[in-house]
Amino acid sequence: MTKLNENTVLEISGLKVDFATNTGTVNAVKGVNIHVDKGETVAIVGESGSGKSQTMMAAMGLLASNGITTGHVRYKGSDILGLPPRKINKIRGAKITMIFQEPMTSLDPLYTIERQLCEPMVQHGNYTWATAKKRAVELLDLVGIPEPARKVKAFPYEMSGGQRQRVMIAMALANDPDILIADEPTTALDVTTQAQILELMAELQQRLGMAVVFITHDLGIVERISDRVYVMKEGEVVEEGQTKEIFEKPNHSYTRMLLDAEPTGRKDDVPADNPVVLSGDKVRVEFETEGGFMKPNHVLRAVNDISLNVREGQTLGIVGESGSGKSTLGRALLQLLPSEGRVVYCGKDISGAGRKAMRPLRKQMQLIFQDPFGSLSPRMTVGQVITEGLLVHEPHLSAQQRDQRAIEALQEVSMDPAMRNRYPHEFSGGQRQRIAIARTMVLKPKLVVLDEPTSALDRTIQKQVVELLRNLQTEHGLTYLFISHDLAVVRAMSDTVMVMQKGEVVEQGSVSDIFDNPQQDYTKELINAAALKLEEFI
Amino acid sequence: MLRYVTGRLLSAIPTLFLIITISFFLIRVAPGGPFDLERPLEAKVMENLNKIYNLDKSLPEQYLLYLKSVLHGDFGPSFFFRDFSINELFAKSLPISMQLGLTALTLALIVGGILGITAALRQNHSVDYSVMAAATLGVTIPNFVVAPCLTLVFGVWLGWLPVGGWEGGKFVNAVLPVITLALPQVAVVARLTRGSMIEALRSNHVRTARAYGLSGYTIIVVHALRGAILPVVSYLGPAAAALLTGSVVIETIFGIPGIGRYFVQGALNRDYTLVMGTVVVVACFVIIFNIIVDLVYALLDPRVRFD
Repeated sequence: MTKLNENTVLEISGLKVDFATNTGTVNAVKGVNIHVDKGETVAIVGESGSGKSQTMMAAMGLLASNGITTGHVRYKGSDILGLPPRKINKIRGAKITMIFQEPMTSLDPLYTIERQLCEPMVQHGNYTWATAKKRAVELLDLVGIPEPARKVKAFPYEMSGGQRQRVMIAMALANDPDILIADEPTTALDVTTQAQILELMAELQQRLGMAVVFITHDLGIVERISDRVYVMKEGEVVEEGQTKEIFEKPNHSYTRMLLDAEPTGRKDDVPADNPVVLSGDKVRVEFETEGGFMKPNHVLRAVNDISLNVREGQTLGIVGESGSGKSTLGRALLQLLPSEGRVVYCGKDISGAGRKAMRPLRKQMQLIFQDPFGSLSPRMTVGQVITEGLLVHEPHLSAQQRDQRAIEALQEVSMDPAMRNRYPHEFSGGQRQRIAIARTMVLKPKLVVLDEPTSALDRTIQKQVVELLRNLQTEHGLTYLFISHDLAVVRAMSDTVMVMQKGEVVEQGSVSDIFDNPQQDYTKELINAAALKLEEFI
Repeated sequence: MLRYVTGRLLSAIPTLFLIITISFFLIRVAPGGPFDLERPLEAKVMENLNKIYNLDKSLPEQYLLYLKSVLHGDFGPSFFFRDFSINELFAKSLPISMQLGLTALTLALIVGGILGITAALRQNHSVDYSVMAAATLGVTIPNFVVAPCLTLVFGVWLGWLPVGGWEGGKFVNAVLPVITLALPQVAVVARLTRGSMIEALRSNHVRTARAYGLSGYTIIVVHALRGAILPVVSYLGPAAAALLTGSVVIETIFGIPGIGRYFVQGALNRDYTLVMGTVVVVACFVIIFNIIVDLVYALLDPRVRFD
């Protein structure tokens, strides 16, 4: 244990968090000691389920109602754990502030940015509404939002994820806190946005001098920004120390495993004369936005004349940041969105095919989504989730046969088939993504569009999912369209890569061409932004 | 906004027209007529009556005549209440039903809302369980059971309130009918509010509000309730239309001269104009309340305005 001194602003000692669930008590955090000194950046690293978020949530009294916290949390020497709301609310949002992983949902969709920025300022008595409104504009400017005076009147849905996270940072800074707790603040963001937000946070910290507690699973970030690290596993701190030391000689095997979690390997080539499964010729998707009174309608070209060819067993990696049109392209190719241009699937022209014409093909063309939490119905058991598609595509199966298929599908994704009677919320992100994959595999598809399937997952889990997807591909001769902003994963998964920006193809080529010898500036920028957090410790 | 409302109202015209047309011919399909009594009338009398009420004309002709008078705001004479026009009947009864319905609705929204919020805040505690048990009872016990029970207790045993009658809408006369009318609505509103409040309280933006030390009131009312009330609003639209157009059971039990009983009387007596009148009134209420619901939605949720 490191010695405490008068500089310590936050001291967590012997913190335990238990959750009472129907199946008994879950010990999420098992006696954790963490201290944060004035002005330093402390990283808490671990995979999901390691208790790193719960530790800080518990410290701030933000646990779900079935959570029980014991231990001590001292802010500048006085214990704040278990204080009544009225007292802890003097500290929360004023002295200690938080930003969260989910920029899209952390702001109230029904109120303007201004209102939400001002509320904590007024609440803590530091500002009147009038002065708070002025400060809100300054804060937006501080966090680098263009046209702050106008943007402050915007609603969250009018902003991108990166901008919303900036707003959250602005909110966190509003009352000049001593400690800023950032819970995976960049995980849901694009690489370049991620880099920008990290830069912003580092810069603001230097300028304003608060301590930052950075909760993350991303070791690249840890190495870049933190002074000290706590590595957490299964509710315990397994290693702690200066960042540099830990990265140079990790003691605990778990730390070493985390450091080694980069998705590796390349995909094997497939014969060049394999039949073409999917080809698109000048695919174009346009969205019309209503201009409103006296304003003309605006046409947004989300996908602009993109042509592509994927052969059986191949993976086409589609890379780009959010808003680049990569998901839209994927959806247009599957005829889930109206588009122009020609799309041929297995020799059959499916451009503009209606629901009815597409239905028999849907079984063969599947889609896996990014969000393993939102894409599984919470009210169905895993078995039901997996076999739901069979009800439509293979209605002749009996309940037993369907159950058998669910068992096989779960085995295929290396999960215990006994789990099929449980509900999605009982599973971790990685397990849920496996369930989503099982749901796809049960239909025995030919073409799978994977829309950021690993983006919400921990690195070590990512690595496993990538391996799983690659194995399934070889085994079943699947064709993948792999949509991702994560270059490391794309490199490990794809035969060919397509880099998209603003609806256009910037660069297209084989994996080695794109990664080893990028031609376009944008591609280089993406690779650099990613390299910041990847290459340094490989 | 004005353009939107006008648009919605205009698009209601063909809907209304269709409703009028279908119900006009449907009621005529039903066997019997307004003047068929136990003892048949003399042929001459019948002929005269038919002539006066245009029943001697062909059905399409009658339909056109009816449309014409509806367009002039005249729902025609009642066949059964001989000296009254439908307009006169409605002018007297509709305000009574609306008054009852509106009071019941307000009561349901306030009481149901508060109960729902309380239950959500005390999820899985005894308060929650008792509110939900009461709500289930409220939904399942029919009003023709509730009404006599209330009358028995408060009217007969305790003697606090009159057992029936309207007497020009005195407060005491309205209490029991309003309560009977409101009870099931209270229950539904409470259940809906509870469900969506629980979800809202778990949402990330409410977590943000908590993390920033906002007061309990701000968190619950400003950040959780505003979004949570949306499902209640969409339920209340059709519910309001139903409540404001009276309830035959309650009006009969409490002897209230509202519009609700005309639904049954009109249909049983083959009082064609009365049936048509009630249909049009209900249709108008449904249309209007749906528009109101959409407007309230847009008011509560900024995202709706652009979609």
